[in-house]
Formats: sequence, structure tokens, C-alpha cells
Amino acid sequence: MATHSHAEEHHITGNKTYIIVWAALMVMTAITVYVSYINFGMLNIVIALVIASIKASIVALYFMHLKLEDSITWVFALFPLLLLALLIGMTITDTFTRTIVP
Amino acid sequence: MGDASTEHSHGHHMDPAVEYSSSKLGMWLFLGTEILLFGGLFAAYAIFRAKYPEMFFEQHVELNKKMGAVNTCILIFSSLTMAMGVSAIQRGKQKVTAILILITILCGLGFGVVKYFEYSAKFHHHIYPDTSIFFSLYFLMTGLHMLHVFIGLTILSVLFVLTLKGKFTAKYSTPVEVGGLYWHLVDLIWIYLFPLLYLIG
Repeated sequence: MATHSHAEEHHITGNKTYIIVWAALMVMTAITVYVSYINFGMLNIVIALVIASIKASIVALYFMHLKLEDSITWVFALFPLLLLALLIGMTITDTFTRTIVP
Repeated sequence: MGDASTEHSHGHHMDPAVEYSSSKLGMWLFLGTEILLFGGLFAAYAIFRAKYPEMFFEQHVELNKKMGAVNTCILIFSSLTMAMGVSAIQRGKQKVTAILILITILCGLGFGVVKYFEYSAKFHHHIYPDTSIFFSLYFLMTGLHMLHVFIGLTILSVLFVLTLKGKFTAKYSTPVEVGGLYWHLVDLIWIYLFPLLYLIG
């Protein structure tokens, strides 16, 4: 071990960054609520999910510091999303391509 | 978690740097399993919504958009205070950290109170989990999320007490950071639940 450990050399995120992120999250919440009052048909769910995903991404990147993490943490964070896509994708594919009623 | 306060991990055989990064990695791994736990319900939602779009549309109107939006704001704000708390302890400011964790806890409790009123209103209108598939999903998804809020509040309360006791310093802030990650996940899941249930149904 070195005389001084480098573990403590966190990149400390400033409160200014956090407040900008928070403001962005609030603006997007307002947009998603506003858009829900307008009928775009099928587009509504697409818009809602896109906004939710942007919000989720910036929470992970800034509040959870994913932006500062090493590549193995990125793998740990993203791999479950692949599994989630498989879980939802495969279940839907199965349910909607059945020809025989069980 | 070690009880050594300032010069951490005396009794451990691990390099503090390794211990720090593996603690965080362990939490990320756990959060992955949490996402998949909710994933089953999201899959169920996707299927039933595709099968019965009219039912989802007609019944989601029963949910109180305003209360949902208020709770979204509360949780996002609590994520902000939690993130600021992590930065504060990394700078060694114990008092500020304790206050920020306390605000986070109060926000979590506020979320619970709003949810309590929402559930009561549903029961008052004789809407129960067995009313329909939509409400079954609504109660299950928000209920499982609420359970996570309670677990998060328990973790935060422990962190609050330990911070007051001076257990965490600029050199040793791992539990606050890892607990913070869990709290952010609670927010993250709600970010999806809110539009899926309240806004588009």
C-alpha cells in the first residue's frame, strides 16, 4: 500500500451540477405531464418512455455518479438492461405469436 | 460494515481502495437484480396493456395525476438532497450530511403520506387489487415500490444516526455512497412507474 491511499481521491460533484440536473429533471417531469393531456395516439407512450429514459439516464450518470465510474461498473449497470429487454421482448413475442389457444 | 471510524478497515485484510470500489460494485450488482425484480411486473404490464388498451385507458383516469406528479417531485428532490449529502460527506462535512440525509428521510415519509391518501381514496371508491388487471398491476407495482421506499428509509435512518455519531468522514464515506445508490434506484423506478400508470395507462 502506498503511503497515501488514492481511494479517497473522489471526484466530488459540486452542488451546482446537482441543481442543474435537478432542474432538468423537473422540466422533463413538467413536459411529460403536459404532453399527457394531448392525444398523440400511439406516440404518447413513446414520448413518455423516451422522457422517462432520459430522466433515468441523468439520474444514473450524475446522481449515481455512473459518469465517473470505471468500465466494470458500466457493465454491471447496463447488463441488467439487456436482460430486461430479453425478458420483456421474449415474453411479448411468445404471447402474441401463439396460434394455439392454451 | 466496519465500525472503525476514522482509519477504516483496520481489522480487514483488504486495501481500502479495493474495499471502496467493490462495495459500490456490489451495490450496482444488487440494483441490477432489483431492476429485474420489477422487470417481471413491467413485462406483465406490457402484455396486458397491449391486449387490453381500452381498459388501461379507461381505468388510468381513476388515478390522481396531481398526487402522482407531486410524489414525482418529492422523490426527485429527495434524490437531489441525497446526492448533495454524499458530496458533503466526501468533503468531511458531517453536520451538513446529517441534515441532508434528514431532509431525504422527510421526503420519503412525505411520499408515503401522499401514497397513503391515494390508496385510501381508491379503497373509498371500492377499488381494490382484484378490481381489474389494471388495478392489480397498479397496486402491485406501486406496492412493491412502496416497500422499497420503506427499506430505503430504514437504511437512511441508520445512516443518519451513524453520521451524527461521527462514523463517516471524508476518508470513509462508503456506506453513505452505497446507501445513496439504493435511494436513487427507488427514484429511478418511480420515474418509469409514474408515466406508465398515471399518464398513459
